[in-house]
Formats: sequence, C-alpha cells, structure tokens
Amino acid sequence: MIDSPQAARSLQAHSLSCERGDRELIRDLNLEIKPGKLVLVEGSNGSGKTTLLRTLCGLRTPGAGRITWCGEDIRHFRSEYHAELNYIGHLPGIKDDLSAIENLQIGCQLQTMHADIDLMDVLDKVGLFGFEELPCRTLSAGQRRRVALARLWAIKAPLWILDEPFNAIDKKGVELLLGLLESHINNKGLVVLTTHQHLDIGEGRLQRLNLNEHRAQQA
Amino acid sequence: MMRAAFILLRRDLLLAFRHRTELVNPLLFFLIVVSLFALSMEPDPRVLATIGPGVIWVAALLAAMLSLDSIFRADFEDGTLEQLMLTPHSAALLALTKVLAHWLVSGLPLMLMSPLLALLMNLPIEALPALLATLAVGTPVLSLIGAIGVALTVALRRSGVLLSLLVLPLYIPVLIFGSSAVGDAAAGIPYSGALLLISALLVLTLTLAPFAIAAALRISLE
Repeated sequence: MIDSPQAARSLQAHSLSCERGDRELIRDLNLEIKPGKLVLVEGSNGSGKTTLLRTLCGLRTPGAGRITWCGEDIRHFRSEYHAELNYIGHLPGIKDDLSAIENLQIGCQLQTMHADIDLMDVLDKVGLFGFEELPCRTLSAGQRRRVALARLWAIKAPLWILDEPFNAIDKKGVELLLGLLESHINNKGLVVLTTHQHLDIGEGRLQRLNLNEHRAQQA
Repeated sequence: MMRAAFILLRRDLLLAFRHRTELVNPLLFFLIVVSLFALSMEPDPRVLATIGPGVIWVAALLAAMLSLDSIFRADFEDGTLEQLMLTPHSAALLALTKVLAHWLVSGLPLMLMSPLLALLMNLPIEALPALLATLAVGTPVLSLIGAIGVALTVALRRSGVLLSLLVLPLYIPVLIFGSSAVGDAAAGIPYSGALLLISALLVLTLTLAPFAIAAALRISLE
C-alpha cells in the first residue's frame, strides 16, 4: 500500500542479462530503484527497453541474473510481487467490446489493491467524461490509451512499470500524467518508464538509465 | 482467489454474449456436416444408424476444434492476457476459468444440439442418454487439451494447421471411446466402461491441463 512503510521496498536487478531471440541485448546490468525515484530507461530503437521492462515485470525470464523486490526473488514470490505492480505495456490491455467503465472495473477487481474511489470519477479525471458507457471499439487511439492509463489512478500499487505511457495522448493528457507521476514518487512510489518525452521532474528524483551503455558486445 | 475466477468467468461470458454471431458458427458447422452425411448415404435407415455415432462424434470434435483458437487469441492480441498474468492470482486457476467459459459457450451448446442430430442419423432412442453423457464428459476434455495447444501456438501468426497437428492425436482416445459407447448403447449393450474411461480422461485433464496451459501461456508471452 502506498501509505505503509516503504523503507524496505526497492526493486533490484543483479547482473541481469536480457535476450531476445538469439541476441543478447543487455549484459550485466545492475540496478536499484528506491522509493521516491523515477527511473527513465533510455536507449536507441532496438536497444532492449521494452525487453528490459517486460523482464522486470516477470513476463520474460532473464537470460542470467535475478530480480528482487524487497529483497526476495520475484520468480519465487510471483503473486506477492504482482500484487504491488502496475504495468502498462505497448498493448492497451483493454477489451474493445467492453465499455471504458467495464474495462476499468474488471481491471481493478482482478487486482487486489484497488483504491477506494469512484471509478466514474477516475474516468472523468482522465478526460473520458461522457464516454464511460461506450464500447472502447468506438473510442480514438488516445482515448483508449486514457482508459488503459486510468488504472494508474484506480489501482494502488507502489511499483509502476510503464512502457511509453505518453504515446498517443494529447498535450493536456501528458501534463495530467506528469502530475500523477510526480505525486506518485512524492508518495514514495517507484516508477520505471520509457519515453521520448522530455520529463520535467526534479533531478534528485530522476534516475537515468541508458541502455546503449549496457549493450552486449555483438559478435 | 475464487472471486477473481468468478469475475473473469463473468467477463468472458459477457464478451461471448456480445459476439453471439460467432458462437453460432461451430453449431452450424456441426449441423451441416452431420446432415451432409445423412444426405449422401444411401437412404437405408440401418446404414445411417450404423455410422451415426461415429459421424456425430467426428463432427462434434471438428466443431470443437473450430472454436478453439478463440480461447486465448483475442486476449493475447489486445494485451489483456499479459495483464491477467500480472495479477496476483494463480495463472492455472485463471486458465481453467477461461477454458470453462469457453466450454459453456461452445461445448455445452454442441451437447444440447446432439439429440436433434441423433434423430437425423436415425439413432435409436436408447442411444440418446449415452450420446449426451459421452459428450458431457468428452467435450470438456476436448476444450482442456485444445487449450494447451492454443496456449502454445497463440504467439504464432498462422497456427491453424500446427494446432490441429498438436491436438488431434490427443483427441483420438476421446473419439474412440465416445463413439463406441454410443454404438454400444444403440446395440443395447452396456456402455458404462467406455463412459468411465472418458470420465477418467476428464479427471486427468482437469487436474493437469490448467498447469500445462499456464506454463504454455508464460512461454508464449515471453
């Protein structure tokens, strides 16, 4: 929970290697993310940003090394780890045949730590007022992205892993999301994200990780 | 835990209901195959009654295969599958729930439609309980085994043929026992042996398949 003691909560990668297909993309990466920090993963296209984020989530098995959350290997404490994780990937993760509110409700009910707030208010906040009951098929790309991002308001998990969260949303949406990210790290949350957007967050709290420096040597 | 399964079941049934036209396809296929057999055979009621059990079971099996891909395909493509795997609940339980939802909208209607087709194939009325019973325990086995195949192939673009090659050999025991039970019942011989063997297959797949499906989904999401 956001308001429980966070001191021990940190995500660590120990000499992590990530592979995609037969290619090793990242070699020997050590990383520690502490509460109140935002890690911006940078790197050229194909440098393994998405692969790294999916590995950190536990969707991919690392080629070598391990990932720990609160000191425990995430592969052995999968459900405890996933209860504290909020991941938004490239795919929207919403059902086109369900409405925005149904998608959000089901998403929250399947997670255990949903916040005690009215989901209609959440959709209102992300700018979907009046679109709550429409099937997501009829929404624009940006609006669907907003439905996916609404999870961040509705599910209280300390660790956020976001793959290009600013994609397809407009200027106002970007500002709104930046504000949310800021308040999350102020609340001792942890964020790992990739974006090409300029992030205006205090340098002390922003940690940059450039994957080009961790690139595995190509044979 | 069970609450999550219930929510997922309700979601899948709701989605199936919003796509009800797609649900009719396997049923129509089932009806068409059986009636084509009835039309193409010589108009001798005894011939129909002899081949009836086999024809109905083969058509049910193919119809079940036709709808298999929909268990995980849509969820894989829109990213809801990876979100499901990132929930704190057991992946095996969620997989089992999805298979149950799929069976309720595909296997169960096939079973309910089968007496009509039995009449079409001139099966004696005594064979009807055997047909319903074997389909009731046999179609869940088809869904469970099929789901393992779908979970393994969902990340591939054109997986249709590969999926059939993977699951058809595993379907054969169900087909043999299913059609022989119905044939025995039509001939007035006790058929409980074959029915119990299919039930044993159901118990086996019900306990082991969810774990295989969960593992296969993890591999597909890598």
